[in-house]
Amino acid sequence: MAQVPVEVRGLVKRYGDLVAVDHVDLTIEEGDVYGYLGPNGAGKTTSLRMMLGLIRPTAGSVRLFGRDPQLSVKALEGVAGFVEAPRFYPYLSARRNLELVAAFDGGDAPSRIDDALATVELTGRAGDKIGGYSHGMRQRLGIAGALLRNPRLLLLDEPATGLDPAGMRDMRALIRRLADGGMTVVLSSHIMAEVEELCNKVAIVRSGRIAYEGAISELKRTAGSGYRLRTTDDDRALAVCAAQPGVEDARLAHDGIHMNAEEAVAADLSIALVESGVGIVEMVRESATLEDLFFRLTEDEQAVAV
Amino acid sequence: MTTAYRWELTKLRYQKRTYLGLGAAVLVPIIFAVAVSLRNGGPDDVAFGRYIHQTGFAIPLVLLLFGSIWMFPLITALVAGDIVASEDHNGTLKTILTRSLERGQIYGGKLLAVFTYTVAAIFLNGLTAVIAGGIVSGFNPLTSLSGTVVQPGRALLLIGGSLLVYLMPMLAIACIGLLLSTVTRNSAAAVVGTLMFSLLVQLVAILPGLGGAKPYLLSTQFDAWQGLLREPVDWQPIAHAAWVSPLYAVPALIAAYLVFLRRDVAGG
Repeated sequence: MAQVPVEVRGLVKRYGDLVAVDHVDLTIEEGDVYGYLGPNGAGKTTSLRMMLGLIRPTAGSVRLFGRDPQLSVKALEGVAGFVEAPRFYPYLSARRNLELVAAFDGGDAPSRIDDALATVELTGRAGDKIGGYSHGMRQRLGIAGALLRNPRLLLLDEPATGLDPAGMRDMRALIRRLADGGMTVVLSSHIMAEVEELCNKVAIVRSGRIAYEGAISELKRTAGSGYRLRTTDDDRALAVCAAQPGVEDARLAHDGIHMNAEEAVAADLSIALVESGVGIVEMVRESATLEDLFFRLTEDEQAVAV
Repeated sequence: MTTAYRWELTKLRYQKRTYLGLGAAVLVPIIFAVAVSLRNGGPDDVAFGRYIHQTGFAIPLVLLLFGSIWMFPLITALVAGDIVASEDHNGTLKTILTRSLERGQIYGGKLLAVFTYTVAAIFLNGLTAVIAGGIVSGFNPLTSLSGTVVQPGRALLLIGGSLLVYLMPMLAIACIGLLLSTVTRNSAAAVVGTLMFSLLVQLVAILPGLGGAKPYLLSTQFDAWQGLLREPVDWQPIAHAAWVSPLYAVPALIAAYLVFLRRDVAGG
């Protein structure tokens, strides 16, 4: 059986009293575009550093295609990426920086330099020293550096952070293109729209622990379905909602009444409203955004902590 | 490891401090030779000091005597103290450690690059000193420490040999610089620390009651080359330096290696 790209079991990283990563389990399968989502300081980068063998776990294990990155960089064969902002030698040109990392990669990596520069649209600036590069150009060069390894698994740490809107759009398009080409991508982010747009699976982390892991569609489904309702008489409508079996959590807000209800219940409710003489102006299904789910999951934790 | 070594040399070639160090190694003998040509006196109280007006071959030897105090340690520390710390400073350790070279190979490349630089600095200094000295004082026979006359050809050979012997404690200083660079992760701290180490060892040598330790101090090994300038050659201090210098170098290298291999790369 083929080994999965990433298998993390019971991963822990402790710095003194601080537990940066707390028993994290992850399984990332071939072809996944996997979002690793959490607020700043949730331990995303620390986890990625352990996956890349840059720091040693306090406990637990990481396997990349079945190999342990703590033992040898051979485990990184077919794996590329960067943690935090990609860094290069400021006194060398972009091309020379890529030549250096390609030499460190060995094999035919040096022959991919031109293609990689073209993919991230830096060919024209390749002769410039990195010291003069903008943040966005460095991010793109980071991707180019990763592509030299011809990876099957790409680990990216907040690749769109600090980019302007056009830069973000380009970065997402690039990741989409790479993923469509069959690459498995792990993408850490605190930008939910990004994860929602790009990823099929997600792990939501809060203070070092996984709060949810699975398909985004599944997460949204379990979040239940909500409706927003605008009527000719919201006060009376609210009373009808309260009396209707199956309608939960009905509350009046500035843009109408929000509630949770199954589809059949919503249909019954519409009849009940009309029968009570309330006209329905608007009844809209509200699917929870990843953002809602994210806050629900991360803020529950804070509530428990308090 | 040759890949890492080759690229470490490339990186050195693109960094100012390399030229600062090598430039100092070249400039100091030129300045010294010019000063010798302008003044009649000389440092009579040191070996070869009184011969600097008679032969240019005395000049590299006087520089070896003075250089051990802080000039050569500083030149070495400039690069040795920086070679790992600059990766921390630039955040590039994560860049090179996530490619296909093992940490040990990268460490080996850095060590070799530091050694190459140190050897280059010492020999550039010696070569410049011989040429500049020869121009101002002539390529005349040299008087050995035993008072015998050494012909120019043999003098050149002995100077070359002296530089090699001098390299033993110099490379030990380089290893200590590498260790401090790895441990402190800060270039300035490592450079100053290496220099402080070298000065402290000299201080220990002049402390009363510690005379017994003197043969085993690194600073003492900087004088071992003088054995070559005796007639017949006194190999004892050279053989001594050959095993005392590694006593400083090898533990530093092993410690730096272990730290480099095991450290968390959390910055950058």
